[in-house]
Amino acid sequence: MSSATVANLMRGHIEKLAAQGKRTDGRSANEFRGVSIETGLIGTAEGSARVSLGDTTVMCGVKLLVGTPYPDSPGRGSMTTTAELACLASEQFEPGPPREPAIELARVVDRGIRESQMIDFEGLCIEHGEKVWIVFIDMHILDHGGNLFDCCTLAAASALGNAKIPNVQHGIADKDVDLSIGCWPISCTFAKLGEAIVLDPNHDEETVMSARLTVAHDENGNLRAMQKGYSGAFTPDEIKASVKTARTADKALRKALKEATK
Amino acid sequence: MAGGNSDIEFIKKGKRLDGRKPDELREVRIEAGVLNRADGSCYLEWGNNKVYAGVFGPIECHPRHKQQQDRAIVQARYTMAPFSVNDRKRPGYDRRSSEISYILSQALERVVMVEQFPRAAIRVDMQVIEAHAGTRCAALTAASVALADAGIPMTDIIPSCAAGKVSDTVVLDLNKEEDNYGQADLPLAIVPSTGEVVLLQLDGHLTPEEFEQALDMAYKGCMDLYEIQRAALANRYGGGA
Repeated sequence: MSSATVANLMRGHIEKLAAQGKRTDGRSANEFRGVSIETGLIGTAEGSARVSLGDTTVMCGVKLLVGTPYPDSPGRGSMTTTAELACLASEQFEPGPPREPAIELARVVDRGIRESQMIDFEGLCIEHGEKVWIVFIDMHILDHGGNLFDCCTLAAASALGNAKIPNVQHGIADKDVDLSIGCWPISCTFAKLGEAIVLDPNHDEETVMSARLTVAHDENGNLRAMQKGYSGAFTPDEIKASVKTARTADKALRKALKEATK
Repeated sequence: MAGGNSDIEFIKKGKRLDGRKPDELREVRIEAGVLNRADGSCYLEWGNNKVYAGVFGPIECHPRHKQQQDRAIVQARYTMAPFSVNDRKRPGYDRRSSEISYILSQALERVVMVEQFPRAAIRVDMQVIEAHAGTRCAALTAASVALADAGIPMTDIIPSCAAGKVSDTVVLDLNKEEDNYGQADLPLAIVPSTGEVVLLQLDGHLTPEEFEQALDMAYKGCMDLYEIQRAALANRYGGGA
């Protein structure tokens, strides 16, 4: 039986538990699953991280290449984010060019990083109007256990925190330097299960959720990016409550990120 | 092959630039059952190559027209991450990945008992996350272990390994520099229990004598890898492999 069928059979169970503030995996409503971060695994990448959030695993590689700046920002580097829902991560992922879910995922992660000014784009200018560093953030989902948004943001942030600017290889300067990081964004994703809302949905919960809300904060508790997904709805009060929850619930991830990138 | 670059001396005093003997494999580490979602999986490090393989199946065959009424098909899919090489690779599938996936599927169909699952597909997905030459062999070696981990009935598992030629010497398991500037590359995969060759490619220039030497060397390399594959499965499931 496919996992989607199983989850549908579990719908009543999941929603009943959620109404009591409980989860199928024993967590409380606003608790993240265990997180692990390993950095610097890929020799061919300028920065890399393998991040697990519960059953979900994402491998992120950061590459920096020399390119030309956009005409409207001649003094700034740029960045590109992609997400690959690798076939081995789920029986539901199919080969082919990225479809809407992968594109949405990459763009939400991209916004969290861009809007938090995590990367100092002016510092990535090599020659005004001519040469800049382009940061490529490529996220490969290896294991889909639910909540790809938060795991991907964490993987991207960890890989960026681990990245070095390859000056030597490109003949720009005689020393490689760390990519300077301005701010650390963390995203928190909520799922609506029946009338209840839970943080960090697992795979079964995602299969039955009616709506999804992702909130990215910087370390000062300011909002940097948000995305609501699926066809269900949240009330304004539910959104306000979730944003408030996210400000404190991201502590565990922040701590792991800090330790992995110090 | 870049046609061979005679300027580089690849072998000095019987040792290669990375310190290996001509017939020595790079270090290989295999772990079975590393992913949660896949029915079977494997992580393999081979020198600096890093590959994941995941298996789903038997599952419904998509697209429908690929269904076979009397057997399952093996859908192997080899992909490289953009960050797996020094110059970022454009994400997505290219002609090289297509060809490799095709020949890996055919090699695996030799050992998977496809007649047991009419109209089904067995999906084998391989993700190269770091590439330093020999990734098709690494991917196929990992794929067999993942298939076994998924409990797919097979007559045997397939090890795969290349031999090649650098500085006019036949060597086992080319590394990145040897692959880029060497004279020949001959990837091979076998079914150890029967001695059948299920994958063979050649790229470069070999004399008939060198070819035989390379084939024998790659065959022996495969047999060594076979032991490492079996050990990885024994390590996960216990029992004497």
